[in-house]
Amino acid sequence: MKQLIMLIQAAVSFGTVIMFGSAGEILTEKSGNLNLGVPGMMYLGGIASLAGSFFYERACDAAGKVPSSFMLILIALICAFAAAAAGGFIFSFLTTTLRTNQNVTGLTLSIFGAGIANFFGGSLNKLAGGVGQISVGRTSRLFRAEVFGWLPLPENLKQMFFDYGFMVYAAIIIAILVQIFLKRTNCGLNLRSVGESPATADAAGINVTRYKYLATCIGGGITGLGGVYYVMDYIKGTWANDGTIENLGWLAVALVIFATWKPTRAIWGSYLFGIFFWAYLLIASGLTRRSQELFRMLPYIVTIIVLIIVSLRRKKEDQPPAALGLSYFREER
Amino acid sequence: MFRIQKRTALPVWKSWLIRAIAIIIALVLNGVLIYGLTKMNPVKVYATMFNGVFGTERRIWNTIRDISMLLCIGIGLAPAFKMKFWNIGAEGQILLGGIAAAACMMYFDSLPNGLLLVVMFLAAAAAGGFWAFIPGISKAKLNTNETLFTLMMNYIAIQLTSFFVTFWENSYGSNIVGTINLESHKGWFPDVFGQMYGLNVIIVAVLAVTMYFYLKSTKHGFEIAVVGESHDTARYAAINVPAVTVRTVTLSGAVCGIAGFLAVAGQGHTISTNTAGGRGYVAIIVAWLAKFNTLVMILVSFLIVFLEMGAREIASKFNISDNLSQVSTGIILFFILGSEFFINYKVALREKDGAKQSAE
Repeated sequence: MKQLIMLIQAAVSFGTVIMFGSAGEILTEKSGNLNLGVPGMMYLGGIASLAGSFFYERACDAAGKVPSSFMLILIALICAFAAAAAGGFIFSFLTTTLRTNQNVTGLTLSIFGAGIANFFGGSLNKLAGGVGQISVGRTSRLFRAEVFGWLPLPENLKQMFFDYGFMVYAAIIIAILVQIFLKRTNCGLNLRSVGESPATADAAGINVTRYKYLATCIGGGITGLGGVYYVMDYIKGTWANDGTIENLGWLAVALVIFATWKPTRAIWGSYLFGIFFWAYLLIASGLTRRSQELFRMLPYIVTIIVLIIVSLRRKKEDQPPAALGLSYFREER
Repeated sequence: MFRIQKRTALPVWKSWLIRAIAIIIALVLNGVLIYGLTKMNPVKVYATMFNGVFGTERRIWNTIRDISMLLCIGIGLAPAFKMKFWNIGAEGQILLGGIAAAACMMYFDSLPNGLLLVVMFLAAAAAGGFWAFIPGISKAKLNTNETLFTLMMNYIAIQLTSFFVTFWENSYGSNIVGTINLESHKGWFPDVFGQMYGLNVIIVAVLAVTMYFYLKSTKHGFEIAVVGESHDTARYAAINVPAVTVRTVTLSGAVCGIAGFLAVAGQGHTISTNTAGGRGYVAIIVAWLAKFNTLVMILVSFLIVFLEMGAREIASKFNISDNLSQVSTGIILFFILGSEFFINYKVALREKDGAKQSAE
């Protein structure tokens, strides 16, 4: 039982990071932009939230004030959203306005974001004159506070489902909102038409450029929230220069495929990925470090299987947006 | 506000001028960034970087080694990209090549060194080729999205590498393979012209020339070009599209596997998840920017390696994180990417009466 609880907790934390990532990426890809900069934008979001709360906490300490909880959370979230959206903006500007290749631009964004984040993560504290590893304990505690701790439930049940900070539930809400936006609103319909056939959308009077920009920037911002959750909750308000965000970012890209571009499917998909990744916890006693590494391949292998099945079945509603990865130039029809 | 026109043709010198301007702006921006962080005179920044890259003979050879590595991967990607097959999986193909090379090093160390190197070379090429063959055949038969498929293959390769690292780790629990054949130097590249990395350069040079002629003047190369332009045209010309796809992608992976062989036999003499070290991704950008022109690939690789090693020098001097190099690389790549637009398109301010139209 204890192992099961551990597994579920690990899977939920893990899943939340990639859920943000894939909800944002689904929004982006629905506009026809295949932004492979997901890890880069997660990095940007993570480091911006860390830097924002770091400087706010320091400023408050210097002024002898107690930082307000509300501001701590707000600053972290806004910094992250803005930084990651800026990453999305660079991508849109290059691919939509300057018509560069999306794959190459996205990969560059990933390199750039990782560079910025690891650079400042490693030396922010030093540059600001401090010693040792950067840490924003207060903000992190707020992010980790259990929002449903008061529920009168059996301890086991509570640990499994309600032992998390607010971002875990926010991720689910955002994924649902993205789904509603795409399926139930006019704007969402327009966006999907841009991703399926920009020429048709253009002819129907939809501003293709604006939709691509907005979807990519907002999608990027949502992706960046995954970085916040990772920094503030997953590794408790510090910085780790070990490339985990990169892995999680690519997993988020994988999850988009797994979920066949449906945010609600990404909700359970992300937890499933988490369970795959941490599955060895359940059978820990029988497993060596060796087989753990093999177990960690599972999410990727499953994604490939899904990719193959989707192309085998050719079901219309499971296909990627038809214009995914292609740039649209009105003059080149 | 602006009117964008496709250029018919731009004189070669003009397109290079535009690229040069983009690179200069990026270098200036980098200088400003580094100045902001270290308060070091930007001119001196580049002098320091230059010193980090060319300062000693050893550094020059490190630079050459890194350039040839990027070039090797770029050469591998060229045929796939020319066919418009987005092989994002170089990272994984390098790792597979590295695993195969390392395995040969360990298990066949009784062979004479020359023969062992040949065996390693072939094994690495086969392993890299196999890793690319899987998404290749899936694309040919089922038309799966190769960008996403090859990306996933990278992560499976990374986990596979971690698995083999635990398998081969030297001193139990260390999670490091350590230098293989430290005593016997079996499977290590011999010095050529008294240079440690001489053989790396020779192999990559041979690959570059071969690939150039393969793409330019063989039947295979022609088929790749036609398939890349249009599948329908290719079918009309009686080209077997699936067969060409699988063949080309496998070849692409094989050359990337050879890059893994270079990394293991000619450089690290070990295997870890860092054997590819993100170069598989950087090389994608190199190959794309160079439009598969080998000479341009050398130039772009040089630029990236210069920034990488230079920034590392700055970082170590000022005791800041050497991830600075990734930031510099990202900036310069953004600028070179963006500059292509000004080569392909002409931007002009709209005439007055046209202003209303564009506002709509």
